[in-house]
Amino acid sequence: MRVRVRYFASLREALGAEETVEADGLATVGALRDHLVARGGAHAVGLARGRAVRQALDQRLCGDDAALRDGAEVAFFPPVTGG
Amino acid sequence: MAARVEIRHEDFDLGREVAALREGDGGTGAVVTFIGTVRDREGDCAGISSLELEHYPGMTEASIEAMIDDAFRRFDIRAARVVHRVGVLKPLEQIVLVAVTSAHRGQAFQACEFLMDYLKTQAPFWKKETRPEGACWVDARVSDDAALERWGIQATNAVAPPGA
Repeated sequence: MRVRVRYFASLREALGAEETVEADGLATVGALRDHLVARGGAHAVGLARGRAVRQALDQRLCGDDAALRDGAEVAFFPPVTGG
Repeated sequence: MAARVEIRHEDFDLGREVAALREGDGGTGAVVTFIGTVRDREGDCAGISSLELEHYPGMTEASIEAMIDDAFRRFDIRAARVVHRVGVLKPLEQIVLVAVTSAHRGQAFQACEFLMDYLKTQAPFWKKETRPEGACWVDARVSDDAALERWGIQATNAVAPPGA
């Protein structure tokens, strides 16, 4: 199973705009985040559990328990500041 | 009729936007608009030379469309439009327009404030300020979450996780 992972704002600057991730065995968005943190380096810092990171599945805000599927688009970004 | 939501680089003209929104609608008796603009200072801290706005194309438009649908369910309004700019903006420039029409003023006032409160905490935009000492991303405000809670919607945009 492959998912497209996108990053925005400060996370985009730290991790790049997007990547394709092999997500076999990863059932949820929360599991994907933990998988990315386990890479270490900038991912471990930017996506650390202690940080305020918002996430979306297929362009809708979601929680850790949102279920992944092949071809899904997941995004991680900081709290929003528009308006 | 113009689209309800537009994300764009170009500036907008309030007069034209209002004229288009109420054109031909004899049932409209009230128009309420909000415009957000770029400040050159934050509290006592002066020297903001520019603001860069980033968004999540697709999700941003869809999330604001959903907010407008919600506004139509909650309030007796006739039309609504949101224009939000992205890219690099200078102090005094316009950032966002929310315009709502209704038969009487109360519903349009409330719907306009509701849409702005919603947009501040739920629409994927991010601001980066450039100051003399460098550029930095703007932090989300807990007060914006509180503003949305007035409408019965729990917002946790600015909340850091436990132990952070």
